[in-house]
Amino acid sequence: MLAILTNMLSMCIPFSVALLLASIGEMFNQRAGVFNLGCEGVMAMGAFIGMLIPFAAGGGGAVSEWYNVLGFAAAAVLGALLGLFFGVVTITFRAPQGIAGIGLQMFGVGTAGTLFRHFVGGTQSIPGIPDIEIPLLSRIPFLGDVFFSHNAVAYLAYLFIPVAWYILFKTPWGLKVRAVGTNPRAADSMGINVSRTRYEALMLGGALAGLAGAYLSIAQAKMFSDTLISGRGFIAVALVYFGHWHPLQIMGGALLFTFAQTFQTQIQSMGISFPYELAVMLPYVLVIVVLSFTSRNQTTAPTSLGKPFNREMRT
Amino acid sequence: MTRSFKIAFKIAIILIAALAAVLIASIILWMIGADVGATFYTICIVPLTNSLHLTEVLIRAIPLCIIALGITVAYRSGIINIGAEGQMAMGILAFTGVALAFPSVPRPLLLPLALIAAVIGGGIWGFIPGILKAKLNVSELLSTVMLNYIAAQFYSLCLRTIYLDPAEQGLGAAGTPQSMRLTDNVWIGRISGRLHYGLIIALVLAFLIFFLMWKTTIGFRMRAAGAEARAARYGGINVAFYVALAMVISGAFSGLAGGIEIAGVHRRAIEGVTNNYGFSGVVVALFGGLHPFGIVPASFFFGLLIYGATLAPSRVGVPANIVQVMQGVIIIVIVTAQMVLSNTYFQDRLWRRISHRMKKEA
Repeated sequence: MLAILTNMLSMCIPFSVALLLASIGEMFNQRAGVFNLGCEGVMAMGAFIGMLIPFAAGGGGAVSEWYNVLGFAAAAVLGALLGLFFGVVTITFRAPQGIAGIGLQMFGVGTAGTLFRHFVGGTQSIPGIPDIEIPLLSRIPFLGDVFFSHNAVAYLAYLFIPVAWYILFKTPWGLKVRAVGTNPRAADSMGINVSRTRYEALMLGGALAGLAGAYLSIAQAKMFSDTLISGRGFIAVALVYFGHWHPLQIMGGALLFTFAQTFQTQIQSMGISFPYELAVMLPYVLVIVVLSFTSRNQTTAPTSLGKPFNREMRT
Repeated sequence: MTRSFKIAFKIAIILIAALAAVLIASIILWMIGADVGATFYTICIVPLTNSLHLTEVLIRAIPLCIIALGITVAYRSGIINIGAEGQMAMGILAFTGVALAFPSVPRPLLLPLALIAAVIGGGIWGFIPGILKAKLNVSELLSTVMLNYIAAQFYSLCLRTIYLDPAEQGLGAAGTPQSMRLTDNVWIGRISGRLHYGLIIALVLAFLIFFLMWKTTIGFRMRAAGAEARAARYGGINVAFYVALAMVISGAFSGLAGGIEIAGVHRRAIEGVTNNYGFSGVVVALFGGLHPFGIVPASFFFGLLIYGATLAPSRVGVPANIVQVMQGVIIIVIVTAQMVLSNTYFQDRLWRRISHRMKKEA
């Protein structure tokens, strides 16, 4: 029993990274007042480009670690560009954000699929990045497996949570982001450039979503396929609600959902006669249940979430 | 401003979206080194060249049309239904369940009964996000997406267990997860080739939706709730009720589309029937200007694209995913162009300029 639990918990941290990064990115978007439902599409593009670079360099064989780094960097840049594009649509042209996000999602997933079939084709795997066993600490029974034997990116992602908290709550830029998401008119009259701040938040969010996708393809699955993302982008958006737009609570949510997902891999490997599909369903059901409990009391939500800002319009 | 000017304005928006989609798709095609002209020829022209292809286009247009009609009802009522994929799957499950349970009931009774089951199946799957939105303020965008994934898993669970064809059962894990061929008491007849009478049903439903939304009180209230919820509430309209109702109708249409697809084309429940129709339906609804009479031609156009794209891999070596790219671009451009161009100041200025010039010429 303890072995099973250790196994499930030790999967939690590495498997939660993609959700975590995408959610933190989406949190910055929403704190600035933009509801970006295209997260899924950005992740797909990030996953594709992240996998393409090490694959093209090594033809599926071993490559220098730097190509993986380059893959992550390319995914972040591409994600930021897609965030910029979404900004043009929703900030400059003030298109309705929900439906535009669906468009971005279809565009991203479709483009990633098209390019993947041409440049890679079929299921090709890449070596990915190795786990790092932290000396001494990783040899502690139980805790060593759960906390101290994962890949470098997972550690970096978790180190980013306090950084994200600091950026959002302790820096002038974070204050600007929160101001334009809460009351853009007041922020505007204080001399904050609302559009610019929203653009910056969208680019940061996009870059993080791209990184999340690249993590899935480079570190987690070590391959790309059309179903690689399978709703993680949407779950990431839901996690922001669940985490009340706060990095630490989002981390808790990401771990909870990942735990629900590891359940499914565990059932597969143990060969219990529990319907596999029900286990796959579990995280999605959990999202709906959680949203039902948290959506009503939205006192913590950014008050201008989803509302385009128009300087020339009286409200 | 005349009526014809307004209609021309709307058509202009849609043409801009189509052009942008072609442009961006061309860039991606150029990136993968495909012959751009030949690809568009394969996708848009080849399917029109013979009746066999044309039939396939129409078969795909039928579910698209019905789903888009449902999505229009929801969209006009201020709730975006992107869960048509799941609602369709639940409709198929309900339809197949009835057909498998009563194989010997005569056709005039069984076919309507099974279709009603499909409507109820889809309706329930639409009711869940509707009521969550109305009562608990849960974002319908998130809940419908999650319900899609749940329905997809539930669908394959049913196909693998209780619906599984006894002939496949013996094969164990090697068998295809599908139900047995349904009794011909639930089949929808065919006009010619594979084209079935669902086409007529879709056209009738288009008129029905036009009548419901623009000629009845219920439709007016739903549209009012969608246009400006606060004003509608002030006018004594129970907004929560009509939002939930719109979602139920929307789900019911998706479920019905699933039932008709099974009864007309596949005649057994099998994986992959939903074929992304749910998401394409959103594009069709927007492309058709959220109006039944626009949706009918729009669904034909997207039936063409979707079928044309299935020809593309073998003929010009372009992945079928290119259609998804175009659909995404079309959504983004339509909503953006609507926002920019429906600016009343802009519209007014354009109208004045045009009418001024027309007077001068006269």
